[in-house]
Amino acid sequence: MVRFLGFGAGLIFVIALLVGALMPREAAVEDPIKKIHLYPEAARWQQDGPLGMGVFGTYDRAQLQRGFQVYKEVCSACHGLERIAFRNLGALGFSEAEVKALAKAREVPSLDPQTGEPSTRPALPSDHWPSPYPNEVAARAANNNALPPDLSLIIKARPDGKRYVHSLLTGYDKPVPQGFEITEGLHFNPYFHSVAIAMARPLNDEQVTYADGTKATVDQMSMDVTAFLHWASEPELERRRQIGVATLIFLGILTVLAWLTYRKVWAGVAH
Amino acid sequence: MSFPWANHYEPKHPLMQWVDQRLPLPRLVYNAVGAGYPVPRNINYWYNFGVLAGVALMIQILTGVVLAMHYSAHVTTAFDSVEHIMRNVNSGWLIRYMHANGASFFFIVVYVHIFRGLYYGSYKAPREVVWMLGVVIFLLMMATAFMGYVLPWGQMSFWGAQVITSLFSAIPLVGEAVRTWLVGGFAPDNATLTRFFSLHYLLPFVILGVVILKIWALHIPGSTNPTGVDVKGPQDTLPFHPYFTAKDFVGICVYLMIFAAFVFFMPNSLGHPDNYIPANPLSTPAHIVPEWYFWPFYAILRAFTVNFLWIPAKLWGVIAMFAAIILLFFLPWLDSSRVKSTSYRPMYRIWFWVLVVDVLILAWMGGAPAEEPYVRISQIASAYYFAHFLIVLPLLSWFEKPLPLPNSIAESVLAKSGHRDDSTAPAAGAGHAGAAAAPAE
Repeated sequence: MVRFLGFGAGLIFVIALLVGALMPREAAVEDPIKKIHLYPEAARWQQDGPLGMGVFGTYDRAQLQRGFQVYKEVCSACHGLERIAFRNLGALGFSEAEVKALAKAREVPSLDPQTGEPSTRPALPSDHWPSPYPNEVAARAANNNALPPDLSLIIKARPDGKRYVHSLLTGYDKPVPQGFEITEGLHFNPYFHSVAIAMARPLNDEQVTYADGTKATVDQMSMDVTAFLHWASEPELERRRQIGVATLIFLGILTVLAWLTYRKVWAGVAH
Repeated sequence: MSFPWANHYEPKHPLMQWVDQRLPLPRLVYNAVGAGYPVPRNINYWYNFGVLAGVALMIQILTGVVLAMHYSAHVTTAFDSVEHIMRNVNSGWLIRYMHANGASFFFIVVYVHIFRGLYYGSYKAPREVVWMLGVVIFLLMMATAFMGYVLPWGQMSFWGAQVITSLFSAIPLVGEAVRTWLVGGFAPDNATLTRFFSLHYLLPFVILGVVILKIWALHIPGSTNPTGVDVKGPQDTLPFHPYFTAKDFVGICVYLMIFAAFVFFMPNSLGHPDNYIPANPLSTPAHIVPEWYFWPFYAILRAFTVNFLWIPAKLWGVIAMFAAIILLFFLPWLDSSRVKSTSYRPMYRIWFWVLVVDVLILAWMGGAPAEEPYVRISQIASAYYFAHFLIVLPLLSWFEKPLPLPNSIAESVLAKSGHRDDSTAPAAGAGHAGAAAAPAE
């Protein structure tokens, strides 16, 4: 009985599916953007480790500091970094005094202790990086109705995040394909999903002056700020890998011991 | 227990005797996973995956309990609380990555376990109830995993919840009302998040309960084995402890190594980047996809593109997606072949591997965007999925001429290993003396 009912149900499902499969389709509308859109270009950072496998790679502290400088002097005008507190910047190699000074240079929203009126005060190391805009409406009003995303998680929130950010920042030089119209107020960038991005070209050569003398080309600044944003997305990365290697060594030894135990227990037993 | 030759629990220490007379818990453990449970001696490493599923469930429960201590189930704070776990809770990133990847690994292990059951006919009499309880666990797992994915309240959380709950609106007449009732509003919102959190915490313990029932049901006939021949006597079995505890432990170590490789070195490779963007009901992601372990069923859901027999395509998809799992309940009666092991079923062996490839294709299609040629491929692959279980399998039982079966497990084992086995005769006795002491002490 089950088999007869099942057979009937099976036939109905199969016919319904095959009717759908044989149904002629409307020819797919060619999406012009898909043809222009580019996948991020290959690039490699120190934290990618040997062979880019990411097992032993660590962040380059000097690069993180340079990247932070690019973020602070360029990106932070429009993009927030709300999940990073000033105290976290110690991980970039800044001393406690430097962190305090970095915090003090920024104003954060506060209440006036005397009047209770909204005001601002210099940030403390425990404060998070202040948002460039008081709210979303203000952010959109200042940016032609586009919302600059917070960058705390940007590397994890995009497919192939590091390469995407790097390609996007360096992708403003590509010529606009013939016959492709860019809406007023948008900029052509083939690495952006819609290839028309609201953000104007953010980086130009020598835009920042690196303290360590590194030449500030667009590519260099883009690599550096991407490394910094990677750290902002995955501040636990180095510790995670250290513990991972230790865990695998431990489990490797345990596996060998387990295997030897198994051999010993099963010695002389046919199976 | 149904094995007369099984070892008996005999506590030697007076304390253990005292306990045994009052609460025979050590006896229960001894008979369930100790020396008192005889197991076919020839089961291979594919039989390790049931234990691994248990390990995966325990990892999920332990890490989940800790995550719940730091998580905040409210739409305004859920995403932030997950990032708080990642950045400020000591080793919080480890607990969360274990939990997120642990869900994927639970499904990998369970899928292998299911296919092992399909290959060795583990669903056939007298193990129908074991199999059906397994399908119940699978359904509970899917519900639990879906609700868990909603909790971080990222973009895919929100839009996944939106898409999956809207399936219920395909039910004729009452669909929209049912959906509103399930979601607690007209769209996923705080009411949805809090009820999903509550159920996500509850269901794993329900799964644990069904797991106990399943092990109980399994212990009546015992495990199948690669020959599919029933256990006939003590020469066919070995006590679970120490033989299979030792063997399963090797499997657990290897499993944990692969798991650790993902947790520590590629923790986000099985997730979707969009879920690191906070949920935004006003911005729909370009491609809404569920977690990878739902892709085969998601492909079946989307494979129905035409209204057929006065039933709209959307309802067909929903019916088919649920039918694809529900039909597994009837598998013991759909396949009437008396031969359990596919090793002795030359025709079914081919169809089995076609099914494996078919499900892999469905998984690929489920993750692909809803455009050609993916839709058409998923339609053909879905058609095979149903045809396999509902048409091919019942018919095959009539046509197929199985290969000759070995007379017994012991005979097949000795023929294969080709050497004399010095444990066959005194296996029960030897295992008894050595193993009985261990749990009693």
